[in-house]
Amino acid sequence: MSLLEKQRKVDVVKWSGGKRSYDLVKEATIAFTVVAVLALGLAGLFSSPDDKALTMQSWATDSPVDFAVTATGELAGSTTSAGYGPPYNSAADGQTLFGVSPAKIVGVKIPVDPATDFVINPLKQLHDPAVDSAVSTWSAATADQQAKWATAYGDALTKANAASVTDASGTYGPVPAIITGLMGMAKSGGLDGALTTENSNLPTDFTKPMLFLADSGSYFSDKATAQHLQGDQMGMMNETGSYPGQSWLWLMSLWYQVDPFKSSDNADLQIFLLVGVLSLGFLLLPFIPGVRRIPYLVPVHRIIWRDYYRRHK
Amino acid sequence: MSTGSSWSARLRAATLEKHTPEDLLPDTQPAYVASWIYVFGILTLSALAMIIASGLVLTLRGPSWWHVSTVGHYVNSVHLWSVELFFLFMVVHLWGKFWMAAWRGKRTMTWITGALSFLVSIITGFTGYVIQGNFDSQWIATQGKDGFNATGIGAYFNALNTGQAILLHVSLLPLAVGAIVVAHVLLVRTHGVVPPIDAEEIK
Repeated sequence: MSLLEKQRKVDVVKWSGGKRSYDLVKEATIAFTVVAVLALGLAGLFSSPDDKALTMQSWATDSPVDFAVTATGELAGSTTSAGYGPPYNSAADGQTLFGVSPAKIVGVKIPVDPATDFVINPLKQLHDPAVDSAVSTWSAATADQQAKWATAYGDALTKANAASVTDASGTYGPVPAIITGLMGMAKSGGLDGALTTENSNLPTDFTKPMLFLADSGSYFSDKATAQHLQGDQMGMMNETGSYPGQSWLWLMSLWYQVDPFKSSDNADLQIFLLVGVLSLGFLLLPFIPGVRRIPYLVPVHRIIWRDYYRRHK
Repeated sequence: MSTGSSWSARLRAATLEKHTPEDLLPDTQPAYVASWIYVFGILTLSALAMIIASGLVLTLRGPSWWHVSTVGHYVNSVHLWSVELFFLFMVVHLWGKFWMAAWRGKRTMTWITGALSFLVSIITGFTGYVIQGNFDSQWIATQGKDGFNATGIGAYFNALNTGQAILLHVSLLPLAVGAIVVAHVLLVRTHGVVPPIDAEEIK
């Protein structure tokens, strides 16, 4: 019977061979002191990163064209959020593996209608007669008409690379007034509050402003690229500045850099499940044939227990 | 008069009676316990203690404090670097135990609880990163949500709901890590340190 198969008595029972003196309390005290000095010292030397959070106000002020185009896209239903699918809406099925979409099975649990939640509902809190009139016109129109107005206005903004364009022929319906109203609300800071206090006066849920910001064409992602945070920059394990970040996520981050995951539309689901399986393997490693043999075949233990082996040649 | 079949007696037999005072607070170890690799377990625990201590200080003044206070920022930095040290020490500890095949001799649960504490610590660390209240946390939350959403977990753990992440980070997850680590340490103390591979049988 090999070492692998048998539960040797020497491994199971209390060790009755040679002993050495040891002081657990002393070791723990020294270890804690060393770690405390290290942590306090590293904190003093290197501090920690704290790049200011982006807001609707900073977005509308610093990048008004991107803000206007994105907000118009929310009305047109052309943004990532509008077409996301579960758990936010039913516009898509979510990512699939072998034809199965776990997100679709779970369903819409955090309902988000970007046009209504990011644009129309906040504007209702403005109480501006011109904006109220535009919102009424918008709400009374058919979905088809709304999409035509917003798509045409979004195209015009993109073509002119401007935060607003004039509408002499009325092609864009109430959309220019709506976007101008939202821009003013964002620049004043009012939109940030409106998006987080719709359901509760305690603003702890940032789902709506963050989904809206993540729809941005360049404002949000350009800053992430500059801070090497994008997925193809191993960004999952990075943080702003030159800090170590979540380096322990290297294995998950690695899969996003290689095919077939790199070019897959279902990469998140594939990689999360793969890492889940690998994690299960890590937990149950003592039961996995082959892997559990490695420590016997690669004699690193000869270094760890070199004193013992020297004495027991 | 106590009987061996009562719940209390069974619990006592399964816990207290499995450990002698010498097991729990040893002043001797087998002679083969003589390597620097053994230090990384206690270093990991020490870093965890620093994480908990600095985290508790951060909770006293609320999640915005460290953005506006020099002292708060320093405490946040201590928390961050303690986390970095914690994972560094834990990874070295795990590799050491792998090369020792430390699951031998009915120590499988010791390995599993150690590995589980590593995985739950990663989730705890993630919730910490998304509650920073700065650009880093915004980006991590918006990117991380896609993975959770794809698996269906996002319907129940919403990385964009900062309130949910804060409560998980300061209550449920630290309790889970703490409970797993306590179980792990008790298992280590119960079974003792694994003997060298192919160590001679002791008569």
